[in-house]
Amino acid sequence: MNTPDNLKYAKSHEWAKLEADGTVTVGITDHAQEALGDVVFLELPEAGRVVKAGQEVAVVESVKAASDIYAPISGEIIESNSIAVDAPESVNADAYATWLFKIKPSNPTELDSLLDAAGYAAVAND
Amino acid sequence: MAQRTPLYDTHIANHGKIVDFAGWDMPIHYGSQLEEHHAVRKDAGMFDVSHMLGIDLVGADALPFLRRLLANDSAKLTVAGKALYSCMLKDDGGVIDDLIVYYLAPERYRIVVNAGTADKDLAWMRQQIAGLKAELTPRRDLAMIAVQGPNARERFWTAFPVARAKTVMLTPFQAAEWEAGEGVDRSEWLIARTGYTGEDGLEIAVPADEAAGVWQRLQDMGVAPCGLGARDTLRLEAGMNLYGQDMDETVNPLESGLAWTVDFKDTGRDFIGRKALEATPPKRALVGLVLQDRGVLRAHQTVITDRGNGETTSGSFAPTLGLSVALARVPAGIQAGDTVHVQIRDKALKAKVVKPPFARNGKSLIQEN
Repeated sequence: MNTPDNLKYAKSHEWAKLEADGTVTVGITDHAQEALGDVVFLELPEAGRVVKAGQEVAVVESVKAASDIYAPISGEIIESNSIAVDAPESVNADAYATWLFKIKPSNPTELDSLLDAAGYAAVAND
Repeated sequence: MAQRTPLYDTHIANHGKIVDFAGWDMPIHYGSQLEEHHAVRKDAGMFDVSHMLGIDLVGADALPFLRRLLANDSAKLTVAGKALYSCMLKDDGGVIDDLIVYYLAPERYRIVVNAGTADKDLAWMRQQIAGLKAELTPRRDLAMIAVQGPNARERFWTAFPVARAKTVMLTPFQAAEWEAGEGVDRSEWLIARTGYTGEDGLEIAVPADEAAGVWQRLQDMGVAPCGLGARDTLRLEAGMNLYGQDMDETVNPLESGLAWTVDFKDTGRDFIGRKALEATPPKRALVGLVLQDRGVLRAHQTVITDRGNGETTSGSFAPTLGLSVALARVPAGIQAGDTVHVQIRDKALKAKVVKPPFARNGKSLIQEN
């Protein structure tokens, strides 16, 4: 399973990356994209929306099904990936290069409660 | 535990992702549902459809039995091998199942029914056949492979050159029986030019123990193994109903886009459900929807029209079209060309009403606008 060590993970199959400027970039894991199959549509949150950790904020639709994406941490959405919206299949091609949205965290310590790569791999293999 | 077809081990060897379908362990895809879909529209793909049940019908009363049992009229089947699509109805007109009946020879037919309804269908047929001179024999000893796509027949003939002479003259919806090999009298094949994808192709019924060999030979000729996922998007694009989803016992064929399969012409033919259909004009219609906004239509979304609400019965991203389509049951009077709205999560998205099919023979039938 492909789970890069430099990322944090939510049990609901999102990855989160703390950037140098303090913002957090979010996408779905390689395991998640594989389970979903061919992704054909992304519904991403608007910039400015304030979200809570665990809240539904986006939808990834594959040919098969629609899947909710949850905010791994609380904060304000500062950007969504419009390039990914125009090319949803890029989620399948590289789930870690294809970020979905960026959050400005309201409580950065929430990141500590997310899983590390080994912890997520254990959850995903379950 | 779920049932398995004679091709189960083959699916595992091909890395098929197995899911439960109507109580059967079936492959949903072998890697990419989209690639399998395109293989069928552009080249050739094959599906294991052995979960469906073939039922042989033999006897002097076979035709009168079928003419009462089915909403379409089996009397139309006069050329050997010819096939007919029909609904089998309850007395109130509700659809018990949709099926194909093949006319093999005088007083001899093969009926192919859906997997999920097979037991119910057989029980119903046995109830109707009581007292008649005809017999029903379920053929769980057979496997069925659907080879579909513009190059499907050529690939099949390359794999089985001897079958060409026997099947090259088949017209759509016609089948031929074929004894494979020399002196192999157990080998009983039925090769039909039918399918569920909107493409040319064949559906082949063979003895269960020959299925894996047939599959392998077709695969060696470049026929792509395809799962039920691609089968669903292909049939939806082709505007074909899926039993249990687009219709069931609570709706009749006139409300399911299948008026063309109900044959009222012979006024003396008292098929089961006829009186109910004639007594009640349809209040609903099954139409096609093409989503105009971005999103994906799915089954059971509310359709908002100016004649009242309806519901999508099947919906998906349509790979050939590159946009989303659905079948929807809406109030009667909604016409092709009308604009409706479909509630998807918190948004009401615009959709255009069309007459299915959405795609056939490799091409989109939807006008860009």
